Amino acid sequence: MKIYVPMDSAAKALGAEDVAAALRAAAPDAEIIRTGTRGMIWLEPLVEVDIDGVRHGFGMAEPSDAAAILDGTSAKALGPVEELDWMKRQTRLTFARVGVIDPLSLDDYEAHGGLKGLRVALDLSAQQIVDEVKTSGLRGRGGAGFPTGIKWQTVHDAEAPQKYIVCNADEGDSGTFADRMVMEGDPFTLIEGMAIAGLGVGATKGYVYLRSEYPDAIAVMTRAVELARAAGVLGNDVLGSGRAFDMEIRKGAGAYVCGEETSLLNSLEGKRGVVRAKPPLPALEGFLGRPTVVNNVISLATVPVIFEKGAKHYADFGLGRSRGTVTLQIAGNVARGGLFETAFGISLGEVVNDLGGGTASGRPVKAVQVGGPLGAYMPVSKFDTPLGYEEFDQAGGLIGHAGLTVFDDRTDMLGMARFAMEFCAVESCGKCTPCRIGAVRGVETLDRIAEGDAAALPLLTDLCETMTDGSLCALGGFTPFPVMSAVTHFPDDFARQKEAAE
Amino acid sequence: MPASADFDAAELQTIIAAHQSLEGPLLPLLHAIQDSFGHIPAGAHAPICEALNITRAELHGVISFYHDFREAPAGRHVLKICRAEACQSVGGSELAEGLLSKLGLDWHGTTPNGAVTIEPVYCLGLCACAPAAMVDDRVVGRVDAARLDTLLAEAGA
Repeated sequence: MKIYVPMDSAAKALGAEDVAAALRAAAPDAEIIRTGTRGMIWLEPLVEVDIDGVRHGFGMAEPSDAAAILDGTSAKALGPVEELDWMKRQTRLTFARVGVIDPLSLDDYEAHGGLKGLRVALDLSAQQIVDEVKTSGLRGRGGAGFPTGIKWQTVHDAEAPQKYIVCNADEGDSGTFADRMVMEGDPFTLIEGMAIAGLGVGATKGYVYLRSEYPDAIAVMTRAVELARAAGVLGNDVLGSGRAFDMEIRKGAGAYVCGEETSLLNSLEGKRGVVRAKPPLPALEGFLGRPTVVNNVISLATVPVIFEKGAKHYADFGLGRSRGTVTLQIAGNVARGGLFETAFGISLGEVVNDLGGGTASGRPVKAVQVGGPLGAYMPVSKFDTPLGYEEFDQAGGLIGHAGLTVFDDRTDMLGMARFAMEFCAVESCGKCTPCRIGAVRGVETLDRIAEGDAAALPLLTDLCETMTDGSLCALGGFTPFPVMSAVTHFPDDFARQKEAAE
Repeated sequence: MPASADFDAAELQTIIAAHQSLEGPLLPLLHAIQDSFGHIPAGAHAPICEALNITRAELHGVISFYHDFREAPAGRHVLKICRAEACQSVGGSELAEGLLSKLGLDWHGTTPNGAVTIEPVYCLGLCACAPAAMVDDRVVGRVDAARLDTLLAEAGA
């Protein structure tokens, strides 16, 4: 008997370890395989039992359910997992193996299509690899949406004795967990993606800069690198090709701004994580001053499937200039939260109401913050906006890392705007004045508005313009997104306070 | 610099030696020192600076920049409570404020018996099962006041 129990940290946070222990005690002879999560976080811990070669789900499992799950009488039976509506409606390319395989079994990885992309890449020239990524239309999934192939071309063309691949795994945005899920659920795909990137641009060394708030992901990635090195996937002779690529996992130290690529590079070098002015681009002068590809986890983890199935196959999904799939992370006050991978183009409202099932509290949705702490609060009136980079830009927002945090009607938007400024003040690296000072003044100005000072609102608008135009990076530059979207779409929350004071 | 009794100088040299050849060794080194000694002892500054050929100002700049590094030991356990937006959307702020006022602590404070330090954290990636918390390296989702009490009791607070 084969039983699958997730070891993803969301499942662990909801009691998966106790459930696994109860199953082990109740069925000592069963083979219990630990996996990542399927992404249906509201069903975690989601136990799966192999019945005649089909995996049947049981969620939300508790230790006391063990006996009933084993003898097939559990009321928590969900039927075949692949047949669930949430699973059937997805296009799982990047997350095809997450929740399915044992994350630390290279055999399991290969049996599910792993390393095929790397083998394809090993038969191509460096330029052909870069061209393939360009053809796929892949854009940086970390938030900025810069075309990955163009970035690789710049590094490919640069002459240097040493180049680097740096994976940005500093997933600090609230409402996002896709990086964590793939690293905990399918770490070899990130390793494979980085190796392909290395072959494409001529880099022999890679680093994953992984935030310290993710101890489980650090443990899985560290072990996966050891296993990949032992199996010859990494090292001086990648899969017997005679070509070298190796990598290390580096732990962050709790600074949000290190998710910004130049700040990350400084941190990786052992410096304060302050932002660097661009140019020079990291692609030309990155880690230790060498040409460096800095890509997000999802971008790199998507590279293997592009090579396995072909760039054209990947590019055939999507909308306009947003090609391929987007990994939506549905979070916050939502009935069904989790990860949903689908082609670009799905509307915001469909995600929140149809997939997410509305709020967890059962109250009306007030706002959805899309793209993390630096993303805009979208009101219900914008729910017809399709998820695409350009489409969201036109609607006054940004997709960012595609995290969506749902808020119900009890939310005080002035309070959320104040938090955005407070967070920026706490996390500012201090290099540029609009961010370092502006965020502090922003908190003060919002407090004046809360006390009923009407003259403070134009001041806030002016301050936000200064931060947008004058900040060096997205922390100071994008904090006005949540602040001004709250002011624009929820004016009552800013005016009501004034009336109360009068 | 006064001699410090809160760490083993020989162990420090072993840790430094193990990290010295890395590219960008400082952060991994500081993490390793904190893992061993619970904080970055003031007495460790000079040996680190000497080994990595950096100034004391540079080292202080790095240690003080990052939230993770401590100049004094924390309590025996660290309880991190997420303050970020997804957790706020399901009552995370009220939960944290309630706990802090009950314990009579502010953020970063330690219970009088030295058992638990309460730290804010901005996102644990558990945004679909918020509010979230972490005790040392163990994550906990859908936390409520009763659950926090249990966690504190387990930690000896």
